[in-house]
Amino acid sequence: MMLAAFQADFGRWLQAECTDAATRLGGGAGLDVYLNNYRSQLVAALESGFPQLQRWLGEAAFLAAAARHIEASPPSAWTLDVYGEDFPATIAALYPEDPECAELARIEWALAAAFTTPDLAPLSAESLGAVAWETARFAFLPTLAILPVTTNAAALWQSLVDGSVPPAAQRLPAPGAVLLWRDGFNPSFRTIEQGEAEAILQLEAGMPFGALCAALADEHGEAASAAIVGGWLGAWFRDGIIVAVQ
Amino acid sequence: MPHPHRFGLGLRKPLYADFLEAATPVPVDFVEVISENFMVAGGRPRDILRRVRERHPVALHGVSMSIGSADGVDRDYLQRLRTLVDAVEPLFVSDHLCWTRFGDFQSHDLLPLPYTEEALRTVCDNVDAAQEALGRTMLIENPSSYIAFDGADMTEWAFLDALCARTGCELLLDVNNIFVSATNHGFDAHAYLTGIPAARVRQIHLAGHSRGETLLIDTHDRSVPDPVWALYAGALERVGPVATMIERDDAIPPLAELLAELDHARAIAALGVAA
Repeated sequence: MMLAAFQADFGRWLQAECTDAATRLGGGAGLDVYLNNYRSQLVAALESGFPQLQRWLGEAAFLAAAARHIEASPPSAWTLDVYGEDFPATIAALYPEDPECAELARIEWALAAAFTTPDLAPLSAESLGAVAWETARFAFLPTLAILPVTTNAAALWQSLVDGSVPPAAQRLPAPGAVLLWRDGFNPSFRTIEQGEAEAILQLEAGMPFGALCAALADEHGEAASAAIVGGWLGAWFRDGIIVAVQ
Repeated sequence: MPHPHRFGLGLRKPLYADFLEAATPVPVDFVEVISENFMVAGGRPRDILRRVRERHPVALHGVSMSIGSADGVDRDYLQRLRTLVDAVEPLFVSDHLCWTRFGDFQSHDLLPLPYTEEALRTVCDNVDAAQEALGRTMLIENPSSYIAFDGADMTEWAFLDALCARTGCELLLDVNNIFVSATNHGFDAHAYLTGIPAARVRQIHLAGHSRGETLLIDTHDRSVPDPVWALYAGALERVGPVATMIERDDAIPPLAELLAELDHARAIAALGVAA
């Protein structure tokens, strides 16, 4: 058998337990060792990436979800670190009536992904020089993530990490978002309202700060919008998610 | 010129604090890390590696290069590894005689090669490409294996001998893997030691294994067993002074236990020097 045919058959055995392929490979107990190693590695990668989801679902349900994911989504990257990227979609398909499960998975995945993002020093409010606020454009951490949420998944995640009894899963009164980034070496997140999420997305897209303020003033009035945007700006500098104001 | 004896440990997450926070450096000559764990853009992993490198020489040991892939090596992977190599200036850069990728599929397990002339040509081409991309000589490690092939043209040691001769690569000899494969396939481990190009061996791995229903499994989750120590002594007789490392990937014990195993390796090496 040529090497390419051999490797294609081995792939069929591992991904689909194809018995025809196993026969061509010579069969035997050794093939089961490789199959077990393959599956164990992937389950371990998902367990490592989604520990709070595992606690929330319970071990048996998590293992069933992992098995479903491994069967449907064989790994295609050289690093296991990214194997969990599509796992939230698998969870969403398995638990359509329990959206907090997929949202919990997305939060865990984004936190794990933030762990190894490029090192970039945030801009401190104190280091700001004279700024022409009307025309200023903001640059945020390029790996800043904003996840839309409809449930209290962020609170669930936090209570699971803290080891406290998690609250009951519930829908938020209005759709919100979770802002995620790396603070020093530690992934961090904060629950935000839809308006703040939209403001960050608009500024990331290049909207001048003055245009954002004007739009908010039209919606909320001058005084209220100044308080809102002032609160956001202070929080963004405290979070350390702004890297430049130009 | 003969290489010196060196004695090191595989650095895994449970040992980070021991290696980074001790008032005096851990008494090892080098540490080995899994390359892929540090082929990342930034964050804590790269900071840990930088701090470890300030204290110890570092060997980079890979698990995903897939030098046995019939469709070649992944150029993006090699470029990322080169970036890490340039940052770390490692003692050794190694990976396994195996394949982990075919097309878009990644197995994340070290899969066996049929030892045929065709596979040898493929591995040679891939090692040539890797050494060119990395700008240095690689060490290739013999794997544990659980299946053998009726159509093989040569033994594993003859395959490694030809690979070294054709590419100039060197060897990371995993003594436990020799023992596991010899037991599983019924070949003579000492014939293996006799057949490898001894002058090409730059590093040795020592580890433990477990016993499955019918096969030995290379689990790296326990101490080095006596038959592997005995084979290590035989390997040193063939190879001479070399870098030796305890490789523990699971059920990692306290550092003192690993250092005691490393002292045992030192004692065996000292007997060889005395003889």
